[in-house]
Amino acid sequence: MISEPFASGDSFLHRLDPRVRILAAAAYSFTVALSYRLPNLLAALVLALALVALARLPLNQVLPRLKVVLGFLLLLWLVLPWSYQGTTVARLGPLAVSREGLLLASQITLKSVAILLALIALLATMTTARLGHAMNQMRIPDKLVFLILITYRYIFVIEQEYQKLWRAARIRNFRPGTNLHTYRTYAYLIGMLFVRAAARAKRVHQAMKCRCFQGKFHTLEEFASGRREWLFAAVMLLLLTGMAVYELAPAAVHHLFTLACGSPK
Amino acid sequence: MHISEGVLSGPVLLSGMALAAAGTGIGIKKLDFDHLAEAGILSAAFFVASLIHVPIGPSSVHLLLNGIIGLLLGWAAFPSIMVALFLQAIFFQFGGLTTLGVNTVVMALPGVVCYYLFAPLLWKKKPVAVGAAFACGFLAVLGSALLLGGALYFSEKNFLEVATLAVMAHLPVMIIEGIITAFCLEFLKKVNPEILPARAGRPPVTGN
Repeated sequence: MISEPFASGDSFLHRLDPRVRILAAAAYSFTVALSYRLPNLLAALVLALALVALARLPLNQVLPRLKVVLGFLLLLWLVLPWSYQGTTVARLGPLAVSREGLLLASQITLKSVAILLALIALLATMTTARLGHAMNQMRIPDKLVFLILITYRYIFVIEQEYQKLWRAARIRNFRPGTNLHTYRTYAYLIGMLFVRAAARAKRVHQAMKCRCFQGKFHTLEEFASGRREWLFAAVMLLLLTGMAVYELAPAAVHHLFTLACGSPK
Repeated sequence: MHISEGVLSGPVLLSGMALAAAGTGIGIKKLDFDHLAEAGILSAAFFVASLIHVPIGPSSVHLLLNGIIGLLLGWAAFPSIMVALFLQAIFFQFGGLTTLGVNTVVMALPGVVCYYLFAPLLWKKKPVAVGAAFACGFLAVLGSALLLGGALYFSEKNFLEVATLAVMAHLPVMIIEGIITAFCLEFLKKVNPEILPARAGRPPVTGN
């Protein structure tokens, strides 16, 4: 049920300093989330695909991940075009399809897909343990990083507990349906999950105390930023700044282009 | 329940982040060293339990459980839920970095409110306690749905229909969540009352 299929690999992005990747992912997400111009969003999508290619991720595993945004996007495409007040471009029976509604739905679709792909390429390509250590070096509060790491550590254990309880229920011929018995069974199952989690937490805490735990996981992993990281950071910064400038002042960018390419007289 | 990337406007994203940072700050501050492991492992349980699909009619819904998490953790629900959402973004790309703040507030704030409303009623006579537990599960999901709808509406006034639909779609989840919370709390009271807020209404995990 839970796995990290993209974390292992030996591409350029996999080898890049995790701290640079985290910063790049954050900068990319915010720039794209706040962009609305279509050329910008198309550029963002191309950049995201380039990152996926750079991480050498198999597309047949990456594309199914888009499923998670599909439901909401479908809802948007079903509702926005006719509910948005604006210029009518088409009529479907009594419903007027507005240009602005279609535009907004396409903007959101492009943004969601682009950010999701970039997030996979930049963040899902490291194990959560590395991510936590990198965040620790980026001065994110110790307690928060510790919570991330211990939650990550125990998700798999708790999931096995859940599978065990689920198997036990199945062996006793439990068939979920829409009835009170089903909901009660699930409630007890979840309750038992919390009971076992709390009991385990107590044991883990005692064991950690015995080993002089003081609120922080130490790591032997050293991250180093070299020429590769600076190059990647510079390219990302350039592209994202370009997008931001175009978003705020498209005329200036057009002007630059005509200057660079010669005026089309 | 979460909002995908690229949907909300800048001001909404920023307010979400500010509120989430404030809530997480309070939660982290109240979470002392002795209870860190407990909060972490409970947030793992929350992560796993929210993947469970419960059948309803021909379809199924997945549980939010933010009411129970709020009751069990108090303010520590904020960091706990933020961490679980962050890991969901990394593992499954549910939500993402820019929406982490808004999504945390959507899930955690109703949980904390439920903690203050219902923790004192938990140990009353059985009809009151069961009613309070049902209300806790029901209202936590309702609160989340309304916050989610509000985030959509304040991003773009034309999202009104989408936001209304999203809230309506959660109506069955509210009822199921209420029933499950009621049974679950009765179960916890019998099996392991120590993990629930004590009779005086003291937070169990934050220990102060």
